[in-house]
Amino acid sequence: MKTVDARGFACPQPVIMAQKAIKADAPGELEVLVDNKCAVENVTRFGESQGYTVTAADNGDDEFTVTLRK
Amino acid sequence: MKNNWLILVTGLVIGIAALVLGAHGNPGNMGFCIACFLRDTTGALGMHGAEVVQYFRPEIVGILLGSLIAAVAAKEFKGRGGSSPIIRFILGVFVMIGALMFLGCPLRMVIRIGGGDWNALVGLAGFIVGILVGVVFLKKGFTLGRSYKQTLAEGAAFPVVYVLLFVLWLAAPALFKFSEKGPGSMHAAWGLALVAGLVVGALCQRSRMCMVGGIRNAVMFKDFGLVAGFVTIILTVLVGNLILGKFNPGFAGQPVAHSDGLWNFLGTALMGWGCVLLGGCPLRQLILAGQGESDSAVTVLGMMCGAAFCHNLKLASSADGPTGNGKIAVIVGFVVVLVISLLFTKKAEE
Repeated sequence: MKTVDARGFACPQPVIMAQKAIKADAPGELEVLVDNKCAVENVTRFGESQGYTVTAADNGDDEFTVTLRK
Repeated sequence: MKNNWLILVTGLVIGIAALVLGAHGNPGNMGFCIACFLRDTTGALGMHGAEVVQYFRPEIVGILLGSLIAAVAAKEFKGRGGSSPIIRFILGVFVMIGALMFLGCPLRMVIRIGGGDWNALVGLAGFIVGILVGVVFLKKGFTLGRSYKQTLAEGAAFPVVYVLLFVLWLAAPALFKFSEKGPGSMHAAWGLALVAGLVVGALCQRSRMCMVGGIRNAVMFKDFGLVAGFVTIILTVLVGNLILGKFNPGFAGQPVAHSDGLWNFLGTALMGWGCVLLGGCPLRQLILAGQGESDSAVTVLGMMCGAAFCHNLKLASSADGPTGNGKIAVIVGFVVVLVISLLFTKKAEE
């Protein structure tokens, strides 16, 4: 699965990074690593607007994995 | 969906709070203005000598503390920082120079529009153009880099010191400067201002309200969530002013404003561009500083330093219009912001 590491980036960077990854080759699955809840919300909203089903997992220690699936 | 409702409620509450503070003593169309209030506070601390704009604004204290409390309650208070702090400081300086050319932050801009000050519509046009220019760089890969975990003490230092200064202000006001005339002498009772700030700060922390983020997200991602909050503030203030009989449409004679269209436009364009690079408007920077982001705390300090420059070096506009020094500073600001935009835009990885 394609993974984007957006940890440490404040919005809108994580969304831009996800957008770029999707534009590159429209993957069926994409994992975005972030480290703040604001980014989780924004990447989730963005993924849903692009027609993905989005799940977010709290990995503890301020890390989250947002998974986008077609 | 929860967030959509929250942003509308936040917009409504900000609008009502602005009307209440305006009715209880704050200057015209200045229920809230992050730039003006930081400027007044900078004056109260004796960092600039403009006697008409010196007052330790409790609204800022409330916003910081409201954000801090909401963030702690939601387990979102985190010490974070280290994403180009000096660049952020410099951007903060020039965002303030742009704001004081126009006479208001983006929040006051929408409050001015709701009061019928059409100069703020010119400001809005400049603001949008500035944001669009910033968005071009974001799309090309502009970033100030990653931030990193910091200690709790680093994250808490700015809001805690700010609140302690406020306590000192209440306990020993003689240490601070107070305007006897001008906008700095016009203010709601401190308790009311503090509570209004607390409520607004907490709501903004939860809803992620941001004047810049709204327009940016609408343009970049067709995400209209935040911009709905922006529009709600305008509508609330507009309706409130119509009911209170305070709606006064026009360009001339607006409170704490000037009608030099070109420089209103350029001032807000500089502010919009700088804020996009910073990732949020001055209000959002305060909220983030309250939840432990030391990068935003540094930005707020940059804005306060910018306010001191503005009044010590006569860069700030007044009701009489912009100053020559202010025009030069705004042009210098565009050059600085352009250089920063170029330096931090990574080449697209082809």
